[in-house]
Amino acid sequence: MSTAQPLPKPELKPEQPAPKKRGRYSVRLGTVEIAALLMGLLYMIPFYYVISNSFKTQGDIFTNTSGLPKEWITENYTNAWEAMNFGKVFLNSVIITVGANAVIVIFCSMAAWKLVRTKSRLSTIIFFLFVAAMIIPFQSIMIPLSKLSGDLGLQNSYWGLILMYLGFGSGLSIFLYHGFMKSIPEEIEEAAIIDGCSQWGVFWRIVFPLLKPITVTIVILNTLWIWNDFLLPSLMLRDVELRTIPLATFYFFGQYTKQWDLALAGLILGIIPLLLFFFAMQKQIIQGITSGSIK
Amino acid sequence: MAVSNKKKVKRGLEFWMFVGPVFLVFAVIVLVPFFNGVMYSFTDWNGITGELNWIGFDNYVRLFTVDEQFQQSFWLTTKYTVVAVVLTNLVGFILAFLLTQNIRTRNFLRTIFFMPNLIGGLILGFVWQFIYVKGFASIGELTGWSLFELPWLGDARTGFWGIVIVSIWQGGGYIMVIYIAALQNVPQELIEAAKIDGANRLSTLRNITIPLIMPSVTICLFLTISWSFKLFDTNLSLTNGGPFKSTEMLALNIYKESFTNNNLGLGSAKAIIFFVVVAAITVTQVYLTKKREVEA
Repeated sequence: MSTAQPLPKPELKPEQPAPKKRGRYSVRLGTVEIAALLMGLLYMIPFYYVISNSFKTQGDIFTNTSGLPKEWITENYTNAWEAMNFGKVFLNSVIITVGANAVIVIFCSMAAWKLVRTKSRLSTIIFFLFVAAMIIPFQSIMIPLSKLSGDLGLQNSYWGLILMYLGFGSGLSIFLYHGFMKSIPEEIEEAAIIDGCSQWGVFWRIVFPLLKPITVTIVILNTLWIWNDFLLPSLMLRDVELRTIPLATFYFFGQYTKQWDLALAGLILGIIPLLLFFFAMQKQIIQGITSGSIK
Repeated sequence: MAVSNKKKVKRGLEFWMFVGPVFLVFAVIVLVPFFNGVMYSFTDWNGITGELNWIGFDNYVRLFTVDEQFQQSFWLTTKYTVVAVVLTNLVGFILAFLLTQNIRTRNFLRTIFFMPNLIGGLILGFVWQFIYVKGFASIGELTGWSLFELPWLGDARTGFWGIVIVSIWQGGGYIMVIYIAALQNVPQELIEAAKIDGANRLSTLRNITIPLIMPSVTICLFLTISWSFKLFDTNLSLTNGGPFKSTEMLALNIYKESFTNNNLGLGSAKAIIFFVVVAAITVTQVYLTKKREVEA
């Protein structure tokens, strides 16, 4: 997919015998462009309101909601940062998201490899269980899980939560790895085994590096999910010290419901990290979504 | 080829070395709780006394006879799912269609439309709470348009449409990405051929493009149905089910029954019904749409 080019002139390029019709910029395209831009503008209005109001004083928000701030202030942000303990909360989100991604990638790729390479009834049944369980909504598991996790001592800890993400993420991740793995020829692995490489070595040195494209997809899909997840951590983490960004936002917003100046700055703080992640990885994210959903 | 016993044992060990860890976690976190949940749904378990008594189908009977809130939530969720699925797919498809034309700002606009997706439903709900409560009121004052002067989120109807709008705003961009990928894969020759045969844009779209992107329609319907039916975060942060539980959808109803009212047995029964409905919808939907797919 090439980027939009400034007015391609097909007739000036004789080396391209059949110029694509799509290159022509007509009145029709102009109309489409304006319609699309208007929709884009409409889409952005909520962001405008939240951002501009987060720089206003409480009084300014109430009398002048739609305009730009009469006086730009940044106290809302410093106050919200402190009240949310944002540094700590951000770190918690990073630890949980990175930890969960690591265990998901390691254990799901391993499992998917053996499930693809082992042709037995047991292997088929296990794969089917992983895939079928994807259909179970979280609400159908959360009640017994909150009891079981208490009994097992998995609550109120990073590790407990990370293990749970491995459990809930395993279905989709194994499914995606499984589909990708089928395209890797078995002969490479057989050659390595003849050369005396162990199963462990074959997987980590030869197979795993080949999985890189699908690993990127899996990490992106899981990051978007885990970073934004609210319900599971809200059931599992009780300590204030362990709260993730969505949890902290929820309690912060509940506390400052009518204080929009603080609340809005808090919301923006919560939004910024993922936006940065998106702008850094835009291409991979779009590809990840496309390939993740088409398989 | 005869495989010796020793080799068989070795293979079995290797299999479990690779599959075992994640399967164990999966079993403990997903499978066991799921079956426990089925069991709990036949008990009067509550979070206060912690006692468990077998009461057979009483919970299920209660849900369909006495529990009006559950029935209302069920009906509301169904209505919401239908509306949100149709509108989100429509908006996503229109965006994809516009942004696969050769316009100059298309890459920029794709980013814009996709952005709301990155933000979790919980934060989005709060953002829109501000838009509806303060922003809409301000727009209403400035323009005098009655649409904006409604008591947004203040009654059942505006609460319902409030949630629908946020869902479209959030989901449209994601669906757009999938439809864009599909539209780009439609062979140009087929479109050209149809044009030469005298087909206009609309009939080309209906008779060539749409049948060819049916696999993506399956995916998008599947995604949006499951998002909508399972909606929780936005519901919690935008309206919290209010006013007077009039916008309390199924997932939120199950949550409140279990963790606010502490009726864990009854909550489990709701959760099982929820599962059965979600499973039935998704399986049927995938089956039906698969039948309509066309090979290029």
